[in-house]
Amino acid sequence: MDLLDKFDSIVAQRTALPFEEADPFTVVMDKIISETEAIINGRPTILAGTNNYMGMTFNQEALEAAHKALDDFGTGTTGSRVLNGTYGSHKTLEARIAEFYGVEHCMVFSTGYQANLGMISTLAGKNDYVIIDADSHASIYDGCAMGNATIVRFKHNDVAQLERRLKRLPEDAGKLLVVEGIYSMLGDSAPLKEILELGKEYGCETLVDEAHSMGFCGEKGRGIAEDLGVEHMVDYIVGTFSKSVGTIGGFAVSNHPKFDVLRLVCRPYVFTASLPPSVVASAIASIEAISRAGNRRAHLWENAKMLHGGLKEAGFDLATEKAESPIIAVCLPDIETATHFWENLLKEGVYVNMAVPPATPVGYNLMRVSICAQHTTEQVQEIITRFINTAKKINLKLGNA
Amino acid sequence: MATAETLEKIYALIEPVNRKSCQLAPETSFAVDLELDSLTVMDLVADIEDEFDIVIPLNILPDLETIVQVADAVEKIVAENE
Repeated sequence: MDLLDKFDSIVAQRTALPFEEADPFTVVMDKIISETEAIINGRPTILAGTNNYMGMTFNQEALEAAHKALDDFGTGTTGSRVLNGTYGSHKTLEARIAEFYGVEHCMVFSTGYQANLGMISTLAGKNDYVIIDADSHASIYDGCAMGNATIVRFKHNDVAQLERRLKRLPEDAGKLLVVEGIYSMLGDSAPLKEILELGKEYGCETLVDEAHSMGFCGEKGRGIAEDLGVEHMVDYIVGTFSKSVGTIGGFAVSNHPKFDVLRLVCRPYVFTASLPPSVVASAIASIEAISRAGNRRAHLWENAKMLHGGLKEAGFDLATEKAESPIIAVCLPDIETATHFWENLLKEGVYVNMAVPPATPVGYNLMRVSICAQHTTEQVQEIITRFINTAKKINLKLGNA
Repeated sequence: MATAETLEKIYALIEPVNRKSCQLAPETSFAVDLELDSLTVMDLVADIEDEFDIVIPLNILPDLETIVQVADAVEKIVAENE
């Protein structure tokens, strides 16, 4: 028995996709021109699927800080945070994030994925419960799979179903309720106030993943919990540096007085090398820039609304009624149409994410657009025009046709 | 093995999603016989949870392939809660 035989059906499914030249899962960025443009297959292409919401990847201060850290501290730490991998800058970064969130504690992880993996698998143990939304990101599901807790799932954003499940759990058991601020595939937001109130009523500790909401939701850019004024009901916030912050890494913040013990017992924190000094330096500079980027936030929301409005007017089927985030997801009828659309849109010079099951909730075949604060109004208009051109080219019937 | 009463209750919940009109039996499989997709399975699990007023942990779902396996699990959870 060949161990890889079990994936034959997946290979067959991939092979059956009708793309001709460009494969959505093996795109190579030949050259990055700016936060919003790249060369792909020799063509200048507008990037509209990079999660680079705040456009921080070429922020001047972040670049300079990273260059300096590279020269001063080298290319990597070659060690775990609990051995030789903690530099002064790692502590500074944690202090800055704690300050940004107005909380006592922060732990920085090497990726956002590891932050969820570590927090969920460690917080909830053998006799505890983790309650999750069905549309949770893979890192949340994997955190559940890695730990020993009992996992309870409720239908996406369904507050009534959540309450029915919370009622059935033992009153005195340890419970961790996990939700996301913005869900990454459809770009829809959670009814966080209602969910957190229920969680607290039923004795849960609460964890909110703000990966796709940090940087632009809330007055200071802390996320949906800040925006809705419900941060006091959140025990742990998890976030990432690989989206709005423009580099890589993850974090968890909390006011829990015993939080620091996690540094000793959280395996995805302990058993991996810490972030390179250049990444840490750019994250510090970028978060500093984000905290005073009110104008950029405003422009990002304008872009998101313009894109959503333009695509809706053109008759595209959108996953959300209005722009709830800089993620605008266009729904297509099936995976074949999605593949055609994606490839032809790329030829038109726009890169978006093609997102299909199992990465999406069942039944969704998406052109997932993530807009950037550095996109100009002209670029956003251009994206809309090229979406319409692509629909014509592949004979996709639009809603208003 | 689960009682006829438990099985009947589960059959009733499956019937609305039994698009292939399979003859439901204890050994009927959700994936192979009923060909339910994962979204339907998720809703069905929620319906079963609500019918019996229990929580079926996500952890045990991969082991539940047939109706009788679900019925047995449901009875076990109900008994534990008492």
